[in-house]
Amino acid sequence: MGEVTYIDAIREAHHDVMAQDDRVFVYGQDVGVFGGAFKATQGLKKKYPDRVLDAPISEDAMVGLAVGAAIEGMRPIIEMQFADFSSVGFNQIVNQAGAHYFRTGIPIPITVRLPCGGTPGSGPFHSQMMEGVYAQYPGLVIVTPATVADAYAMLVASVALDDPVLYCEHKFLYRWLKADSFKGEALPIGQARIVRAGKHATVVAYSAMVHEALHAAESLAEEGWEIEVVDLRSVKPLDTDTVIASVARTGRLLAVGEAYPWGGVTAEVVSRVASEGFHLLDAPPQRLNARDTPVPYHPNLWEAHRPTLASISAAIRNLLRL
Amino acid sequence: MTESWEDHVRRTFQAMVTARTLESKLASLYKAGKIVGGVYIGPGQEAVSASIGSCLEWGRDIFAALIRDQAGRTAFGEPILDATRTYLGAATGPMHGKDGNVHRGRPAEGYPAMISHLGSMISVVAGMLLARRMKGTLKGVVGAASVGDGASSTGAFHEALNLAAVEKLPLVVILANNQFAYSTPTDRQFACKNLVDRAIGYGVEGAESDGTDLLDSLKVTSEAVQRARDGRGPQLVVASMLRLSGHGEHDDAFYVPEELKKSKLGRDCMTVAEEQLVQGGFLSVAEIADWKKTAAEKVQAAVATAQQEPAPDPYRADWNVFATPGLGDQQ
Repeated sequence: MGEVTYIDAIREAHHDVMAQDDRVFVYGQDVGVFGGAFKATQGLKKKYPDRVLDAPISEDAMVGLAVGAAIEGMRPIIEMQFADFSSVGFNQIVNQAGAHYFRTGIPIPITVRLPCGGTPGSGPFHSQMMEGVYAQYPGLVIVTPATVADAYAMLVASVALDDPVLYCEHKFLYRWLKADSFKGEALPIGQARIVRAGKHATVVAYSAMVHEALHAAESLAEEGWEIEVVDLRSVKPLDTDTVIASVARTGRLLAVGEAYPWGGVTAEVVSRVASEGFHLLDAPPQRLNARDTPVPYHPNLWEAHRPTLASISAAIRNLLRL
Repeated sequence: MTESWEDHVRRTFQAMVTARTLESKLASLYKAGKIVGGVYIGPGQEAVSASIGSCLEWGRDIFAALIRDQAGRTAFGEPILDATRTYLGAATGPMHGKDGNVHRGRPAEGYPAMISHLGSMISVVAGMLLARRMKGTLKGVVGAASVGDGASSTGAFHEALNLAAVEKLPLVVILANNQFAYSTPTDRQFACKNLVDRAIGYGVEGAESDGTDLLDSLKVTSEAVQRARDGRGPQLVVASMLRLSGHGEHDDAFYVPEELKKSKLGRDCMTVAEEQLVQGGFLSVAEIADWKKTAAEKVQAAVATAQQEPAPDPYRADWNVFATPGLGDQQ
């Protein structure tokens, strides 16, 4: 493991897209001189004083402003300080940005960054996973990078895309995840990656859960089980082909997500495999999600709320017995 | 921009005439079952709406019209056909049958298409203005957004006006206080004495007009637009009048008290304007009659054209929600 972190990759991507394209600007709370709550925009304000603007605490107006700027040909990046607060900008995201191209034929190339997911002690309002909620709405691209290289490449790709993108960056990965470089194999948005090959079961995951799933696969390998792990990378578009091809090899599916359990990405994965690949399944497809409660504060409760190495391993063992 | 005051008044009034004529035709079409969904008209508000529209220049300025803004849309330069095609859902219209009635615009031409969520277009206009500032094309440009008393209660209104004030954008918010948000009267909508008092809270300039009076509305509005053009930041213009219709054509507005209808607020701005213009020597009675006749002919032609055009075909319609080619196929 090298020294380049996931947040370094996000910061570097900002510097690169702003250098390459003067239509790009960054708007969000504390993104200017302060460099962002997680330092994702550090150093940008100094280089681009007119294109890095602190926003008032107005998530609705921030996204509305981005939509207007996009109509005029700009490519705004909106930093939501926490994904949880995007609920205040929900209307502008789904009804304005998501619906605009369909209604008018005018594209809205905005990137809304959503620092998401739990970290110990963050509690109910600084921990949520929002991808499933937004995926329900038409017209939005939703990416969930799980690696340092994807954090970089997918932010660059999101800004270049002519459509609105919700870039879900996992806060737990910010400083925990390291690599030698933020450059890596660049796959297009909408293509999943098989991050570990196997033949006994497929675990489909995204964002931080990819790493939990990999740990579970490693621990099961000691017992002789070969578990395939698929990183969705983007949840919309959802790469059903790669998932079904994997299930065709393994015959068993577990979909793992950190979001609340009702509906959502894991339900969509299971539903697609059940309807399009039922004949490939040797066992009922399984899902593992967070609990159907707000995300709790205390680390002990938080650990018990989200899928972990232990609960994913148990779910895989259960799947292998079915 | 060397237009005389008299010509500006006449041009504004002409848009009022066209709008009143068009909207009464749209109401008839709705009652005859020719328009689905709903028809939302703005009788009583034409003076205010046309005033903001006529102070803006298509191709230079930005205008986010709202529900009761037919007059402003026409004054700004929207073709009548955009209205009839959108109401009738014609595939040839600017919304291609995918959105209807007042939810229309030409965003690439400085005319964004409203969504139904009130207050939410103000920040979009702010963003369009900010983009032009960044591109260096903001000089002399004004962006306007229409709202009503109901929209002034939303968080979106507050967030956007505050944000525009922070950025000191050349934004004009026209607030038509028509006394009712659907059926809700102003005493259930806000508790402040006068909505214009909110301006100081945002650090923007406020102005008030008698929305039933064309000359007053146009004067107050054009002064506010000029202040914005001159770099004095956002302007909040509050115009008061009574909505002389239901919320939509499905609503008989039984809840509007008679005394309010008989009050000064209940005056019909069209009647007031006609008297003003004739007495002030702007137009003769015969000229006004002639303008009404011309408007009726234009409206009739635009309705006929839209009615003859094909409805959208679900098998041929563009169902793409993404501009990126192929992206929608992989969802």
